[in-house]
Amino acid sequence: MTKTRAAASHTVLLFVTFVTLLPVLWVFKMALTAEQGFNMSLNPFPDHPSLDNFRVFVSHTDSTGHWIFGRQLANSLIVSITATLGGLFLAATAAYAFSRFRFPGRRAGLTAFLLTQMFPGTMMMIPLYLLLHALHLLDNLLGLVLVYTTTSLPFCVWMLKGYFDTLPRELEEAARIDGASPARIFWSIVLPLSRPALAVTALFSFMTAWNEFIIAAKFMDREEHYTLPVVLASYVGSKDVQWGYFAAGSLLVSFPVVALFFALQKHLVSGLTAGGVKG
Amino acid sequence: MARVRLQQLEKRYGDVLAVRGVDLEVADGEFVVLVGPSGCGKSTTLRMVAGLEEITSGTLTIGDRVVNTVAPKDRDIAMVFQSYALYPHMSVRENMAFGLRMRGTPPDEIAARVAETSRILELDAYLDRKPKALSGGQRQRVAMGRAIVRRPAVFLFDEPLSNLDAKLRVQMRAEIARLHRRLSATILYVTHDQVEAMTLASRIVVMKDGEVQQIGAPLEVYERPANRFVAGFIGSPSMNFVPAQADAGRLLVGDLAFALPAPFAHARGAVTLGIRPEDVRTRANAGGMRIPARVELVEPLGAEAFVTTAIPGGASLVARVPSRELPREGETVQLSLDVERLHLFELGDNGRSLALVEQSAPKPAKNRCVND
Repeated sequence: MTKTRAAASHTVLLFVTFVTLLPVLWVFKMALTAEQGFNMSLNPFPDHPSLDNFRVFVSHTDSTGHWIFGRQLANSLIVSITATLGGLFLAATAAYAFSRFRFPGRRAGLTAFLLTQMFPGTMMMIPLYLLLHALHLLDNLLGLVLVYTTTSLPFCVWMLKGYFDTLPRELEEAARIDGASPARIFWSIVLPLSRPALAVTALFSFMTAWNEFIIAAKFMDREEHYTLPVVLASYVGSKDVQWGYFAAGSLLVSFPVVALFFALQKHLVSGLTAGGVKG
Repeated sequence: MARVRLQQLEKRYGDVLAVRGVDLEVADGEFVVLVGPSGCGKSTTLRMVAGLEEITSGTLTIGDRVVNTVAPKDRDIAMVFQSYALYPHMSVRENMAFGLRMRGTPPDEIAARVAETSRILELDAYLDRKPKALSGGQRQRVAMGRAIVRRPAVFLFDEPLSNLDAKLRVQMRAEIARLHRRLSATILYVTHDQVEAMTLASRIVVMKDGEVQQIGAPLEVYERPANRFVAGFIGSPSMNFVPAQADAGRLLVGDLAFALPAPFAHARGAVTLGIRPEDVRTRANAGGMRIPARVELVEPLGAEAFVTTAIPGGASLVARVPSRELPREGETVQLSLDVERLHLFELGDNGRSLALVEQSAPKPAKNRCVND
């Protein structure tokens, strides 16, 4: 009886796993298949495996024949890393203030942050365009950094504030009596204990910036300013799609996010404050 | 080391006055314990001394300096928290060294002081452990070590033993008493546990509703409580209270009449009679005020027992009697109350001691009764 049950549940689980993984396997198959067509066959393995698509994607050149992929990869990295670090710094300091200090406008500020999350991102396209135009930051990586940092900030602030609220205040009071300045308490006590929240926030900011397409596509004119999602989209034409290049590019572009996730995973642990305070 | 002076210290949260006009002087090297039920303002008072709460009004002096607006780190105090408040990501050594590092103490002196303190507290073997890997008692010792290593002028303890189990609490209590002797430190200590207060303090400050009820040496507070609240709060089991009438040197309890001892000759009208359980005897041949009573409950503790009895008029009296003279439950006994150790209070939960009303003039400073 139990054996039949186990067999049945395993069958169901295997089927669900297969359904979930099939599209991913298809991407792998297309990436490893030299032809650019879209193959609907259930067989997830390529007939003649080849790395040509990857080679073409990374050796992508501009209209004058210069290699430009490296530049575009660097654009993506610079924009995402700067937006993540800048965003994290701003979010952590703002969230700490929201969590620990009582000041006029505190509630209004928190509510305003929440409100901005209720509008779809595309609605902000035109205002953002006008703002960056006024700042002369259109077709400029710094413009993208600004947009990405500020759009992910509300979520990051709320996320970190929620975590800071759970840190025992006695720790900060003990540090105050021990002679630590507010800045020192923030750096030496609060931030080290907030590693899990900082890791999640960093991952979120990085992913948002790294994967963002619409704003990058609209605000960046010159090919040498493109980020990778824009490059990727260029393989999807209005008439035909170069599925092989597109699939290979998708895999390459998702690699840094996966790597970052694994790098940050060891910080995603609970119980960092264990032993500090009782009860 | 230094003395601490609180003058008319007050703390207000919105409309609530959490601490009202506290006057207290802690002498150099003295161990003063603030005790009272939860919400009585004792912790708030301590946190004002620490600088963690702003002082609404009044003056706080540490040493010769008024420190009302001085930052906690510049008050030359160290505090031990109820929750220990150890830095979880730092080792025991780093926890103890943190305060010294913040003050720019040279590294070799930090090392020497941490070594010395950890030896006193027997923490040498745990210096490289994180707080997570320590037992409750060890964490408590690290919290004390973090305070001691700084050699502050004043130590503040906020219910430091509340999170320990009963056995460890007794052990740590003795350890704190030893430390006080060894360091001859000025200590301000907050607890809700009157046993801790009695055993540790040079002087006790009993608080209720943000007000000081009485300040005095432990036995003085026990023997001569300023009011009914102090009488009931200090001592375990608590003092017995019986409604009575006083009239022209006589005391009426129900239908029974007794002659009042001299200090209470002036008492008139409705009063509360107070008597500690150890001053109530169940032996018929003992002297004093005799009251017939029915034994309702006998709780043997080994050497002695608590005997709860019902007396005419419905009140109940607890007697603390040696185990060899135990009555049986349901039996009727003659209680005898030691008249010399009788207390009389004005009516009400905070009724003043009538002995003090009479004697208040000669010693107002020590046995001040703030509540009317």
